[in-house]
Amino acid sequence: MTTAWRVADVVDARPETADARTLRLRIPGLTGYLAGQHVDVRLTAPDGYQAVRSYSIASAPGAGGVAADELELTVEELPDGEVSPYLVGGVAVGDQLEVRGPVGGWFVWRPGDTGPVQLIGGGSGVVPLMSMARAHAAAGSDAPFRLLYSVRTPASGFYRDELDALAGSGAAGAPLRLDYVYTREAPPGWPHAPGRLMRDALTDAVFPPADDPTFYICGSTPFVEAVSGWLVDAGHAPDRIRTERYGGIGGAP
Amino acid sequence: MGIISSGFSGRRRNDDPRVPPGQYVTESFPVLSAGPTPRVTHDEWAFTLTTEKGVEHRWSWEEFLALPQEDVATDIHCVTSWSKLGTSWRGVSLDTLFAEVDTDYEYTMAHSYGGYTTNVPLKDLLDGKAWIAHSFDGADLAPEHGGPARLLVPHLYFWKSAKWVNGLQMLPQDQPGFWEQNGYNMHGDPWTEERYW
Repeated sequence: MTTAWRVADVVDARPETADARTLRLRIPGLTGYLAGQHVDVRLTAPDGYQAVRSYSIASAPGAGGVAADELELTVEELPDGEVSPYLVGGVAVGDQLEVRGPVGGWFVWRPGDTGPVQLIGGGSGVVPLMSMARAHAAAGSDAPFRLLYSVRTPASGFYRDELDALAGSGAAGAPLRLDYVYTREAPPGWPHAPGRLMRDALTDAVFPPADDPTFYICGSTPFVEAVSGWLVDAGHAPDRIRTERYGGIGGAP
Repeated sequence: MGIISSGFSGRRRNDDPRVPPGQYVTESFPVLSAGPTPRVTHDEWAFTLTTEKGVEHRWSWEEFLALPQEDVATDIHCVTSWSKLGTSWRGVSLDTLFAEVDTDYEYTMAHSYGGYTTNVPLKDLLDGKAWIAHSFDGADLAPEHGGPARLLVPHLYFWKSAKWVNGLQMLPQDQPGFWEQNGYNMHGDPWTEERYW
């Protein structure tokens, strides 16, 4: 019964970056979810005004100490946002929110999926991909997993320590291969000047068509349009490329 | 009423009667797609309406543009909670396309370049309720918004307005399309919030 609104308790809150925060929600009756799904969050102001927005789930079922009736959202505060400033800077542990879902059966990864998976995230678009990477690691899956993560600066990346741990400094057998692209500012000693992800850098950092990977791409609309178009040009089958665009729900939240 | 968040005031009071419940108004035109944007030229474009008798009514791009054109001013509502008011489209009414079509079936499946499908009852397509639109705001419809042409069924949530549409198939009973198999409602009326399963 995904359409019913349920009351969730905020049981943990921690910053990810200067303008993004992860909230852990306990949802009585939550019976599981798929990596990559989202929930709708509804806020009600004292005068009865309500606002609803969709947020991707960041956690994976049963992984990372998140209980079976809990899930985590990572919310980035948008400059003209109506809901996100309250979720990032207002709501506190012990408060309650209303949630609907989890929802979605397409932009999801299931632990039984065995083929290579290429995750490509731009900015806060990494959130549903992190759920997949966590689910993959928690399941001990043998499916080859790679993440290409485009961030503005080193400080704007989400989950940096956890991603580094999953990638194991590039060690063979690590559950994740991780590649960063820095668009505005790179870390000291980084071999590339900062700049937008380009076609050649993309094709160099993803599984080749011969590996028949499934792509999950999430970011702004220009990012997703460019990346998915380049992948098709490079010979990847369009039906293996799954996209989600936070611009779609983020034009004004 | 719901749980009150005392620190939340909100800024976008939706007392506009054009805005369905649970929606907020945006000035931008967000993009939502399940995969890459298909690139379809006008030369290769065709729209095919297929009946239960296997009859195919087919229009090339030139034939489609030669049909009576209508300008449509309407509000659109996305299931992800945004609504965009007063949008301007140009295209061909489904009443025009169905004028010569002989069918007793009451359901349709819309098909698109790229493989997308969505199901729409025939009654939601006729009587001035739906179009195949090729222009938005006076310009060719951009590929990421469904160009060369998309279905426009503005009284239903916008995932029913299939981008890159290339056909309608008549069906004897309702069958789920792409998003309808992936968690979304079979019908999608925004005024009764038919969002999910």
